[in-house]
Amino acid sequence: MQAPVTIQSSGNVRQHAGLVGLMLGLAAALGGCAREPTDRVVLRMWGIGREAEVVPALLADFERLHPSIRVDVQALPLTGAHEKLLTAFAGDALPDLAQLGNTWLPEMAALGALSPLQPFVAASRVIQPADYFGGIWDTNVIDGELFGIPWYVDTRLAFYRKDILEAAGIPAPPRTWAEWSTALAAVKAHVGPERYAILLPLNEYEPLLNLAVQEADPLLKDNDTRGNFQSAGFRRAFAFYLDAFHKDWAPEMSATQISNVWDEFGAGFFSYFITGPWNVGEFKRRLPRRLQNDWATMPLPGPNGPGGAIAGGSSLVLFKQSKHPREVWQLIEFLSEPAQQLRFHELCGDLPPRRSSWADPALASDRYASAFREQLENAKPAPKVPEWERIAQQVRLASERAVRGHESPDIVLRDLDQRTDEILEKRRSMLAASKERK
Amino acid sequence: MNENRAGWLLSAPALIVLGAFFFVPVLAAFALSLTDFDLYALADLHNLRFVWFGNYVDVLTRPLFWKSLVNTLYFVGVGVPLSIAASLGSAMLLDSQRARWKGFFRTALFAPVVTTVVAVAVIWRYLLHTRYGLINYTLAHFGIAPIDWLGDPHWSMPAIILFAVWKNFGYNMIILLAGLQSIPPDLYEAARIDGASATQQFRHITLPMLRPVLLLVSIITVSGYFQLFAEPYVMTQGDPLQSTVSVLYFMYEEGFKWWSLGRASAIAFLLFALILAATVLLQRFGRRGEMA
Repeated sequence: MQAPVTIQSSGNVRQHAGLVGLMLGLAAALGGCAREPTDRVVLRMWGIGREAEVVPALLADFERLHPSIRVDVQALPLTGAHEKLLTAFAGDALPDLAQLGNTWLPEMAALGALSPLQPFVAASRVIQPADYFGGIWDTNVIDGELFGIPWYVDTRLAFYRKDILEAAGIPAPPRTWAEWSTALAAVKAHVGPERYAILLPLNEYEPLLNLAVQEADPLLKDNDTRGNFQSAGFRRAFAFYLDAFHKDWAPEMSATQISNVWDEFGAGFFSYFITGPWNVGEFKRRLPRRLQNDWATMPLPGPNGPGGAIAGGSSLVLFKQSKHPREVWQLIEFLSEPAQQLRFHELCGDLPPRRSSWADPALASDRYASAFREQLENAKPAPKVPEWERIAQQVRLASERAVRGHESPDIVLRDLDQRTDEILEKRRSMLAASKERK
Repeated sequence: MNENRAGWLLSAPALIVLGAFFFVPVLAAFALSLTDFDLYALADLHNLRFVWFGNYVDVLTRPLFWKSLVNTLYFVGVGVPLSIAASLGSAMLLDSQRARWKGFFRTALFAPVVTTVVAVAVIWRYLLHTRYGLINYTLAHFGIAPIDWLGDPHWSMPAIILFAVWKNFGYNMIILLAGLQSIPPDLYEAARIDGASATQQFRHITLPMLRPVLLLVSIITVSGYFQLFAEPYVMTQGDPLQSTVSVLYFMYEEGFKWWSLGRASAIAFLLFALILAATVLLQRFGRRGEMA
C-alpha cells in the first residue's frame, strides 16, 4: 500500500514515467522515504460513472475532518463495472468500499463479499433507518441482513411535454392507466402519423417492469425461485404496455435507433418518456431555452392511481476484505449526512434517499423533483436474487418478441416463466440442499 | 541419442511456454465445461456440480444457440464471399496500369482496418439511421422507402455484414495485391497476343495464379468471420429480436455477463469444432482444385 502512494506524491518520479521498469525498482527503494505520514490510512473506493467524477469534491472536506484518512477514488465505467467487480472478487482485488447498484447487491451478497452493516447502524447517530424511504432501505436487506447504505436513489417516472398535451386537450397529468390511455390516444391524434405519444425503448426492461410492480402480484414466486409472469397482474401490465405499440402510440424503436433522445423530445417526436432523475439535468442543459417551461415530470400512473415503482439507485458497501472497516464506516456516515447529500445532488443531480435531505428548501421547492418525492414513498425493491438482472433481460426479450415479432402474449409469457425457472434452477437446488442440512 | 536430447533441450523453452499458456488453459477450459461453474460456485466451491456433458446438451437444446448459429452462418456465408470480392476488386483496381495515386488509394482503402471499431460504429449508426441516415437518403433518390436498418430483424444482419465488409476488406486487399503483383506480366502479354479478352484473362490467368493466395485469404477470413463479435457488440448488442447474436456473442453473454463459465466454455468448444470443420473442408476443397 505504501509504495504506490509514494509514486503519486513524488513529482520527479512521475515526470520520468516512461521508464516503467526503473520506476518499479525505485518504488521499492523510495518506500523508505515516503512523505505521507506512516499512520495514514488509505481507503480505496470504487465509484461508477458520473458519481465517481463528482465524489472527490466531497471527499476534500472528509479528509480535512479526518486527517488520518486519505481516500483514493477509482472510477469504473458503468458498462464495465459489473464485470470488474466480479473479476476483482475472483482475484481478491476488491477495494475497501464501493458504490454498488441496487440490482448487483444480492449478487455480491451471495458471493459473501460484503460485510453486514447492522452493528454499525445500531451504534450510529448519523444513519437513522426510519429516515430513509422504506423501499430503498429494504433493497439493501437480503435474507434479513443489511449489506448497504443507500447513497442515492432513482426511480423511473414519466417526463412529458406540457405544451403538446395542452394542445391535445389534456389539462392535468393522468393518474390511472385508463386516464393515461385516453391521454396517449389524444396526443397521437394531435401529432399525426409521423410522431408518437410515448417512447418505450425496446432495449430497456425498466418501463415494463415499473408498470408491472404497480400490480399486487410479485414478479417471482415460491420464495423467489420461480417466475410469476403469467399472473393476472403481470398480464394486465403487459397488455397495457403492448397496447401502446399496437395502437401506434409508441414507436417500435430501441434507444440506439434514436440518435439523440433529448433533441427528439424537443422536436416533439414523442411527448411522454419514461426515464430516471439523471435526465432532469440533461433536459435542463440540452433543451433550447424556449422549451424550458414546456416540460415536466409526473409519477407513473398505476392501474388505480400511482402505486409504486422499482427502487433503483446505488448503495455504499463495505467489503469483507477491507482492513479498515472503522474508517470506511466513518466515510459512509459522512456521505450519508443530509448536508453532503444535498451537495452531492447539486453536483450531479442524484436524488437523496433520506426524507430529512428532501426537507431542504433547495429540493422541496424543485418543481421537477416533487414527482420523484411522491413516487419514492411508494418505491419497492426489485426481486432480491442474484439472477435478477438476467431475468430482467429475459423480460425485455419477451416484450420485444411480442412487439416486434407480433407473437401472442400468452405464448411469450409462458416461455418467459419457463426460461425464468431454468435460470433459477441452481437457486432452487441450493435452497433445497440447505434445507436438508437443517 | 545425444542429438535427440539436444533437440528436446532446444525446443524446451518453446514447449514449456506453449504448454503453460496454451495446452494447460485449454485442458482447464475443457474441465470447466463439464461443470456448472457459476456465481454460486465462485462464492463457495461446494456449490460446484459436476455435470458431465450437461452443458453441451443444455446449449444444444437452447433455441438461442441455434439461432446464433444460423446468424453466424448467414454472416459467414454472405460476408466472406462479399468481403473477398471487394478485396479482389479493389486490389485489381490498384494493380491496374492505368491507376493513378496508387499510394493514396492504397492507404485510404486500408484505413478502415486500422480504425477502432467503436469509433467507426458511431459513424455507421448515423449512416444507417432510419430518418437522418445518408444511406436511406441516397436510397430515397431511387424511390426506395426508408429501411429501418438496425431495428428490423430482416435488415439488421445485412447492415452488420455491410459494416464488417467495409471494415475488413482492406486487409485482404493488401495480401491479394501482393499476389497480383507476383504474377509475371508476360503471361498477360502472351494472352493478349492470342486475342484473349479481359474476362478471359481474369478467368484463365489471374484466378489460377492467385489460387494459393485466395485459399489462404479465405481460410483466414472464414475463421475470422466465424468469430463475429465486436460488430454486433457495438452496433446492436444482439438486437433486434436476437437477430445479430452470434455464437461468440452468445458465449460472451453466458460467460462474462451472467458468469456461467461452465456453459460458456462448452460453447467455446462447440465453436472451435465448428471452425475446425469449416477450415478442413475449405482446405480439402482447395486441394482438390489443385489436382484437377
